[in-house]
Amino acid sequence: MKILFAAMVWGLAVAAPRAPAQPVRPYERSDWPTPANEVDERVLAALRARGLGPARPCTDEVFVRRVYLDVIGTLPTADEVRQFLEDTRTGKRAALIESLLVREEFADYWSLKWCDVLRVKSEYPINLWPNAVQAYHRWVRDAIASNKPYDAFAYELLTASGSNFRVPPVNFYRAVQGQDRGAIAAAVALTFMGTRLEAWPAEPRHELEGFFSRLAFKPTAEWKEEIVCLDPTPGGPLDLSLPDGTSVHIAVGDDPRRAFAAWLVAPDNPWFARSVVNRIWAWLLGRGIIHEADDVRSDNPPAIPELLALLESELVQGGYDLRRVYRLILNSRTYQQSSIPHSTGPDAEALFAYYPVRRLDAEVLVDALCATLGSGERYSSAIPEPFTFIPEKQRTIALADGSITSPFLELFGRPARDTGLLSERNNDPTAAQRLHLLNSSHIRKKIESSPRLREIVAAGGRDRRGLVRTLYLTFLSRYPTDSELETVEQYFGSKGNRPRHAVRDLVWALINTKEFLYRH
Amino acid sequence: MNKNPRSDGITRREALHWGLAGAAGLTFFGPRRVLAKAARRPARATAVIQIWMWGGPSHLDTFDPKPEAGYDYCGPLSSATPTNVPGIRIGELLPRLAQHADKYAIIRSMTHGVNAHETASYLVQTGREPGRLVYPSVGAVVSLFKGYDHGYAGPVPPYVVLTEPQGRFSEAGFLGQRYKPFATGGDPGAARFAVEGLVAEGISDERQRRRRDLLHALDTLGKAMPGDPHFARLDQCEEQAYELMFGEARRLFDLSEEPDELREEYGRNTFGQSCLAARRLVEAGVPYVTINYKGWDTHKQHFQIMRRKLPELDQGMAALLADLAGRGLLDRTIVWWGGEFGRTPRVQWEPPWNGGRGHHGKCFSAVVAGGGFKGGCVVGASNATGEEVAARPVYPSDLIGSIYELLGIDPDGPLPNPRGLDVRLLPSPADGVASGGRLREIMAV
Repeated sequence: MKILFAAMVWGLAVAAPRAPAQPVRPYERSDWPTPANEVDERVLAALRARGLGPARPCTDEVFVRRVYLDVIGTLPTADEVRQFLEDTRTGKRAALIESLLVREEFADYWSLKWCDVLRVKSEYPINLWPNAVQAYHRWVRDAIASNKPYDAFAYELLTASGSNFRVPPVNFYRAVQGQDRGAIAAAVALTFMGTRLEAWPAEPRHELEGFFSRLAFKPTAEWKEEIVCLDPTPGGPLDLSLPDGTSVHIAVGDDPRRAFAAWLVAPDNPWFARSVVNRIWAWLLGRGIIHEADDVRSDNPPAIPELLALLESELVQGGYDLRRVYRLILNSRTYQQSSIPHSTGPDAEALFAYYPVRRLDAEVLVDALCATLGSGERYSSAIPEPFTFIPEKQRTIALADGSITSPFLELFGRPARDTGLLSERNNDPTAAQRLHLLNSSHIRKKIESSPRLREIVAAGGRDRRGLVRTLYLTFLSRYPTDSELETVEQYFGSKGNRPRHAVRDLVWALINTKEFLYRH
Repeated sequence: MNKNPRSDGITRREALHWGLAGAAGLTFFGPRRVLAKAARRPARATAVIQIWMWGGPSHLDTFDPKPEAGYDYCGPLSSATPTNVPGIRIGELLPRLAQHADKYAIIRSMTHGVNAHETASYLVQTGREPGRLVYPSVGAVVSLFKGYDHGYAGPVPPYVVLTEPQGRFSEAGFLGQRYKPFATGGDPGAARFAVEGLVAEGISDERQRRRRDLLHALDTLGKAMPGDPHFARLDQCEEQAYELMFGEARRLFDLSEEPDELREEYGRNTFGQSCLAARRLVEAGVPYVTINYKGWDTHKQHFQIMRRKLPELDQGMAALLADLAGRGLLDRTIVWWGGEFGRTPRVQWEPPWNGGRGHHGKCFSAVVAGGGFKGGCVVGASNATGEEVAARPVYPSDLIGSIYELLGIDPDGPLPNPRGLDVRLLPSPADGVASGGRLREIMAV
């Protein structure tokens, strides 16, 4: 650990200078519009204990963009931004959070995240096949949209039996590389306990695998259909022990998965609630309280144990309603602080002393480009059969199949959905990505043929400042600063610059800014 | 979490250093010392041109003809062409390549037994069975050992794909984005090879520069967070991108710099001009170029397609071998030809194929030339119908290991990676993986 921290200090913390005395416009403000909550008590206590301080409150402009991207994976439209900024009610942030939690895109976006974890893809090296992918994705999405309690969600996934087309949750077991008990138990442990079974000692690992030793997969006469069920071949009773050491007797004819699932979703289970609240925290704040969020083990303690305990109890007391956890986190000052740090270094990062900047996920980024420019992406897969064709107006975050062909998503680090590890999603920037955004025919054509841009220009008439304000609202979810307006004004006036080119260049520049590309 | 002390020369500290550099997206300093130790012999080869026969080419109609097997196997392609090496003959539609047989070795006993495209592609390009980890392809490994981490400073990235990446194939595997190939897009066979990202139709360099200044002037968030490591990394990527746009790279891809006769020699089509572009790239020091050559998955209309495509292959690849040899580049450049499998030797005359060939992973051919591989020889043999390996099986990892050795990369050595995993470049027989041994019989010592 010492080496780790030393290396981090050495390698990472090219510390930002202390923030200036005045809030940085247009990102920071000096006063809090949000009351502190229980999350903040715990985070501030941890920061204070190390002599660190939190960042300033973020402005409404930053908040509206951030919360849309984080909660529904979607940029706010210019109108949505304007409405929010003009809203003078206190508590408007909390109201916005409530409205986002029930949007359709909430279900789309969180299905995407869960389908990463559940490894939903039609082919290679996991072969769910297209029909089952659609059935499974729909089941997951319905569960999220209807706010199915998380204990029921997990229990159904773990205990389902039947056809991959007709009983969608059985695909949980089919979306594993290998149908042996070891691979399945590892997938279960990673998904619902956030732990890597490979690192467990042999004995408890074998015991856990025993709960999945009676699983059978059999084909049917229907093409690519498969039944997942309790192995009908006679076997003796099983005596197994659960990860906490409790012994369980499985009688002949009983499905051992049920015993495991019942243990897992019990309110006092030490793994289950903790793992999922930690995941949600990591999804919203860039990093788990236990980090990495799917590497829970005794020698990897939570950075702020009291915070993790708070979230766990919120989930369990609230009947496993995940939205309560989102609500608690999103309404905290910790979530609503600026991304400009006041304290830097590995401790500040690990203790959430600021909102961390992160590049938009591949799917969210391409959707943001499509929404702002008014274009679509066409997805299809000519393998495997039956072929998949997605209508152009469907959002990328709503794609079910992780193996649908897309060079853009590949380039921008879409997870392969091979292992279910969170680290599969890679949002590190590369030169090739930069080249694509700066100069590819894909982006150039999107800008040049943008119907949205044509509308904005037509509506703007001769009012250039109005046009620039609309473009800023559309792309960056805020109005331009005076100095930005001046820069743009100069650009339009520069010699040899045709107005049509200048507008496109401005749009090109806006989508290439860090502010567009990063959650901040 | 590997808690065992490492025996492979990467210390825990180094592993951590790697992991962090990867996580933070900073430049890998790379384990130079490990590399130095790993190279057992000096490198014979410095570059690879991989002609990837996407879809799986028929071995009977290319480098393993079986005219004696009769019509059921050969269809209308009933003869074979003698080559400039006595005793070696190849398919009748490859007369130009027949004149260069002294430059390459034919492996007629490639085998892995898998008939699914994706699994077979993975096997042939990584040497690994599919498992919990997704391993990097040969190109990504070469890019790791010969690329930016080890002093490569060429005008284009060290691993280039002409022109399209193979979808569903994670070239870099767990090595991550940094080792992905640069896919050119565009068409080298077109009047102008418009490399994606390098050539922007209708936007002058002056306008490019002007709008870059605009972008920088509007970088309000970046200015509010000076020194942020994430943004610093993005800025670095942007510099690299502009280096590609305004640097030597454009000239490198400009095939019009080549004499017309030479361009004709290669064939004025996408494949032929891709071969020419590949030569220009290795000449400029790029260590790994893959030509993804589509259209070999010939379930139907097989022979019509062979008559159309094999002359194109013949011309382009023959010109490449001749050109590399003429410039003294063949000695240090490995040319590797092959696909994910061969095709069923027995022609499928029945409907719905009506004269097609299916997938055949049990026995197929590969060709290697240059960079320390001896020419004018045949490795292994298939049986009388080309359906089975008759002698000296060669598994993908045997071939890949041989290529690594010639490049001075230890195939049995550790594969450093940003995730800190303790893994080797290739599986060993101790892992229970089948092997016929490396290709000592055709490797220069």
